[in-house]
Amino acid sequence: MYTASDLRKNLKIEIDGEPYVITDFEFSKPGKGQSLYRCRLKNMVTGNAFDKTYRSNDKFKKAPLEERTMQYLYSQGDEYHFMDNKSYEQIAIMADQLGDDTKFMVDNMDVEVLMFNERPIGVTLPNFVNLEVTRADPWAKGDTSGTDTKPVTVETGLQLQVPPFVEEGDKIQIDTRTGSYITRVKE
Amino acid sequence: MPVEQLSENNLWRRAAIIQAIRLFFVEREFLEVETPVRLPCLAPETHIEPIRSVDWFLQTSPELCMKRLLAAGHPKVFQICKCFRAQERGKHHLPEFTMLEWYHVGSNYLQLMDDCEQLFRFLMKRLALQFTSGGLFAVDTPWERVTVADAFSQYAPIASDAALAENVFDEILVEDVEPHLGINVPTFLYDYPADLGSLARLKKDDNSIAERFELYVDGIELANGFSELTDSTEQRLRFEKEQKSCREHGEIPGPMPERFLKELDFLSSAAGIALGIDRLVMLLCGAEKIDDVVSFTPEDL
Repeated sequence: MYTASDLRKNLKIEIDGEPYVITDFEFSKPGKGQSLYRCRLKNMVTGNAFDKTYRSNDKFKKAPLEERTMQYLYSQGDEYHFMDNKSYEQIAIMADQLGDDTKFMVDNMDVEVLMFNERPIGVTLPNFVNLEVTRADPWAKGDTSGTDTKPVTVETGLQLQVPPFVEEGDKIQIDTRTGSYITRVKE
Repeated sequence: MPVEQLSENNLWRRAAIIQAIRLFFVEREFLEVETPVRLPCLAPETHIEPIRSVDWFLQTSPELCMKRLLAAGHPKVFQICKCFRAQERGKHHLPEFTMLEWYHVGSNYLQLMDDCEQLFRFLMKRLALQFTSGGLFAVDTPWERVTVADAFSQYAPIASDAALAENVFDEILVEDVEPHLGINVPTFLYDYPADLGSLARLKKDDNSIAERFELYVDGIELANGFSELTDSTEQRLRFEKEQKSCREHGEIPGPMPERFLKELDFLSSAAGIALGIDRLVMLLCGAEKIDDVVSFTPEDL
């Protein structure tokens, strides 16, 4: 159990059987009044957010969350299949729960799967992934458009801007938090 | 003090502000005092949790000792000291913070409001500091004075006495009222419901109102002052009420401040105020949070 004085940004608590993360937090206390803990809470499954003010005698259940390292195996339609690296147990996560994360996932990649009450609710990707460029327009020398980047598509379907020297078949490193190009990698 | 340091460094500004505050009170013939920080008993207050120090407590405010000094025959006293309150940590809160308190025999809460205006104007002039909110402390603009009842009817969805009855006064004050206070000029929010002024005198013509005020600047509460209750029988009843309320909140109240109650009868009329120095420095430095104006926060230690 948490008490109100444990509340802070990024704390994860369970409300009505659902996991919530505190995305904004402020402690207030008017004059001789009581302590108020003003929170913005985001449902970790649906993404819905709401504001709520708690008092010092409020109690909170810790959200039973667990991260497990799993290997991404393959996708079939909307289902993405993963295997627990320790127990070899296999699970499926739906595409809409993964959101944009699917644009960075390639077969056999290790990810951290967040489990809530044994139910997978999301994944944490490595900060950087190496992906192959599957489509790149050749750089037209003498291009006078004034830009020093060009668009390419990588194996997962993600499109991004890269420097002109990147070509089809190159592997490039991408920051999964921003979706931006970092460097070309030689393998 | 080197001018370039004052314009750039919050610790230099803090020092200059505290030195100027001292000068203000010394020039007005206030006696600067130091009272013990460790005390065997405090004024019981439901929502202020003291920090224990062996079998005694660290002060949550020097209030009781300051009033005992008034009763002992010192008509004008001030103190700049550390106060301690458990579990208070936020953008505007530290569990150990610096308080300015001043007390004046024969004064009342309306005169304290005037004191505040004079103190701030003195500081602005002396330090030639500019508030970031721009013109907030313009010397010639009179400050806003609004009663709690009026502020609630202007900004809140329900009246102040209804909010109190429904036990949502604090929430509504913080969420709906405070953000509007002290925006263009500093605001005195005054005439609190009697229940919210445990040590304050009630108005002569309306005993549902305590002669208490809070000073707000930029939505931030800066000071709390009141006409002092000097009737020890009434004060004892109020303390007993606070102790009862502490128990209802599952806390064990400390012992009754008997010596204070005994000496209170020697005091005729007086007024006193507590002002948060760290928050004042924040405002004068344009700092976003209290952390930016202290040498170390608890997390730094």
